[in-house]
Amino acid sequence: MRPTNSWISNLKAASVKKNIKYKQNQKGTENVLEIKNLHARVEGEETEILKGVNLTVNKGEVHAIMGPNGSGKSTLSKVVAGHPAYEVTEGEILFQGEDILELDPDERAQLGIFLAFQYPVEVPGVTNSTLLRQSYNAVAEAQGREELDPLQFDDYVRERLDLVKMKPEFLERSVNAGFSGGEKKRNEIFQMAVLKPKLSFLDETDSGLDIDALKIVSEGINHLAGEDNGIVLVTHYQRLLNYIVPDVVHVMMAGRIVKTGDKELALKLEEQGYDWLESEEKVTGEI
Amino acid sequence: MSETKALESMIGEEYKYGFTTDVEYEDFPKGLNEDIIREISRRKNEPEWMTEFRLKAYRAWTGMEEPDWFNATYKKPDFENIQYYSSPKNKPKKESLDEVDPKIRETYEKLGIPLDEQKMLSGVAVDAVFDSVSIFTTFKEKLADAGVIFCSISEAIQKYPELVKKHLGSVVPARDNFYSALNSAVFSDGSFCYVPKDTICPMELSTYFRINNMDSGQFERTLIVAEDNSQVSYLEGCTAPMYDKNQLHAAVVELVAEENAEIKYSTIQNWYSGDDDGKGGIYNFVTKRGMCRGDHSKISWTQLETGSAVTLKYPSVILKGDHSIGEFYSVAVTGKHQQADTGTKMIHIGKNTKSTIISKGISAGQSNNSYRGEVKISKNAENARNYSQCDSMLIGQTCGAHTFPYIESSNPTAQVEHEATTSRVGEDQIFYMQQRGLSEDDAVSMIVNGFCKEVLKELPMEFAVEANKLLDIKLEGSVG
Repeated sequence: MRPTNSWISNLKAASVKKNIKYKQNQKGTENVLEIKNLHARVEGEETEILKGVNLTVNKGEVHAIMGPNGSGKSTLSKVVAGHPAYEVTEGEILFQGEDILELDPDERAQLGIFLAFQYPVEVPGVTNSTLLRQSYNAVAEAQGREELDPLQFDDYVRERLDLVKMKPEFLERSVNAGFSGGEKKRNEIFQMAVLKPKLSFLDETDSGLDIDALKIVSEGINHLAGEDNGIVLVTHYQRLLNYIVPDVVHVMMAGRIVKTGDKELALKLEEQGYDWLESEEKVTGEI
Repeated sequence: MSETKALESMIGEEYKYGFTTDVEYEDFPKGLNEDIIREISRRKNEPEWMTEFRLKAYRAWTGMEEPDWFNATYKKPDFENIQYYSSPKNKPKKESLDEVDPKIRETYEKLGIPLDEQKMLSGVAVDAVFDSVSIFTTFKEKLADAGVIFCSISEAIQKYPELVKKHLGSVVPARDNFYSALNSAVFSDGSFCYVPKDTICPMELSTYFRINNMDSGQFERTLIVAEDNSQVSYLEGCTAPMYDKNQLHAAVVELVAEENAEIKYSTIQNWYSGDDDGKGGIYNFVTKRGMCRGDHSKISWTQLETGSAVTLKYPSVILKGDHSIGEFYSVAVTGKHQQADTGTKMIHIGKNTKSTIISKGISAGQSNNSYRGEVKISKNAENARNYSQCDSMLIGQTCGAHTFPYIESSNPTAQVEHEATTSRVGEDQIFYMQQRGLSEDDAVSMIVNGFCKEVLKELPMEFAVEANKLLDIKLEGSVG
């Protein structure tokens, strides 16, 4: 659990955490996600969108994947979650060391993989609390934890609401139906708070948020970043990274991760854009 | 031997428009003519006026054309090949539940239907001592104390001829349509319910029905009369799938609501819908109509239609009394090769009358699901109001959903609103919920339940849970 109030304290916390991680590394870190040479395309199409992605996320780490539009960031998130529209043609996805490529999306979710959607889907007539309780219990059952009855769940869920500063009335509204863009994004983080996943991909969670909502969402995410889970932020903008300081920053271009660094990389991208990487990429590509 | 044969023709692969042809237990000739009608009436020991009622209906029927304006295709029944009367003792009985289609039994299990009831529903001989007999008696006493008459229509014709004579055919005249004429000529049995003035019926007339009315046959006739200031809620059918040796079901239901009376009529229909290839299954051609005869009366139809191979059904309300209210809440689910053409008619005659139509159609598989509704505002229906909402949901790529709303207004003060939507249960919607840990079936079930919520909440409480389970079973594996 990290202090969440400002950028500075985040930075401090991040460096403290890194030291811990460094020690873990020496003992042999448990990684939560390991992607090796992942190639994927839209089912039935020729062109690959992911062209050999390599990525390792260890427990306790926050990663950011940045990159221009169409570089494959969102596709990567969906492929990890098992979206049926995509076909993996090569490579591996290991979750806590286990190959998950053959698993259905619900089975992956039950293992503890969470995707905060860029465009959360509306489900009219189904209340947030109904969906969440069934979700929570499906995950709990799969992980051998105790399922909660409606009353127990109500207590639990109200406590989680505070994390994203949402009112209890929100629980009785239909899932995302008639929500503003910001509410939808907050709802995704709320769901994450309820389900407590081991690996979370947050796909453009910052887009469409005003500054106040961005702060609330970031605080929620910081709160949820713990020692035994990994978080991957997929974003266009360094803005989000002012509030959530990543341990590792990756740049994705044309279906591959072309550069990995620390938070300074994000700042450099903010200043200089992606062009300098493109030329660098060409050079490395030729080698 | 004959029983086994009948069974085979009922559930076997060769089941095809399977009116059994086994002569051994056929004690009544097939086909229809005036002699047959007289014979039906004689065997039922009916008074002369009833025989005349049937004959008049038959004569009207012979001059009528079988309608074909539905959005459905099916092989027309062969009316000369139907046996129009069979006494219950001649119904084929199975020896044990082992003879029943395993798929049907699986559904019973999932719905949690008690064993004895499973037997009754599937036509298995039940032991003489049966719990429901005592339940039945308790119900009867309780109803009698309140002054409510509730019995079979045959019994009512004998015991309460004046009431039946006054109301039978008053809402659905014999010559109303081809099937109502046929029903009026040959109806076998059904229910009669009379709620006297200033009486609120002390119970839902449902459980009783479920255990009592299994053998009413293919031409069922129901009449419910609610006198001034009375109320009654009636639930027809049940969630368990029902086989029947007859393929054509042409029932007539008439409701009469006098001044300030309220009738709520709920249906859960889950007749056999045919096998995976679309073979067999019931044709459900029903005429249901209610008359809000008195001022401030209210009639409400709620239906959950999930069964039958072909369903043609338009429960309607004639809003004759001033300030009367008509409601129609419907969920129609079709899968496999099912076809449903269903909806309602709201006919506004009285002043300040109000009607609401909420229809939810869900199509999956290769099925075809149509909403057909008519709202008619007559010249004198000052300030009539209607609100209609027709939503269709498609699951998969091979099904169809259609909406045919007809609005006819002859009064300029009328307010008629119609809204319609069509949505598809999308891959993205299912993926979203799967990503939250729900199985594909659970995701579809939740999406559909959300879609139907407005209608399902109208069902009597005790059946809402079963209705949900039924929807789940119906939709299992409908995606992919």
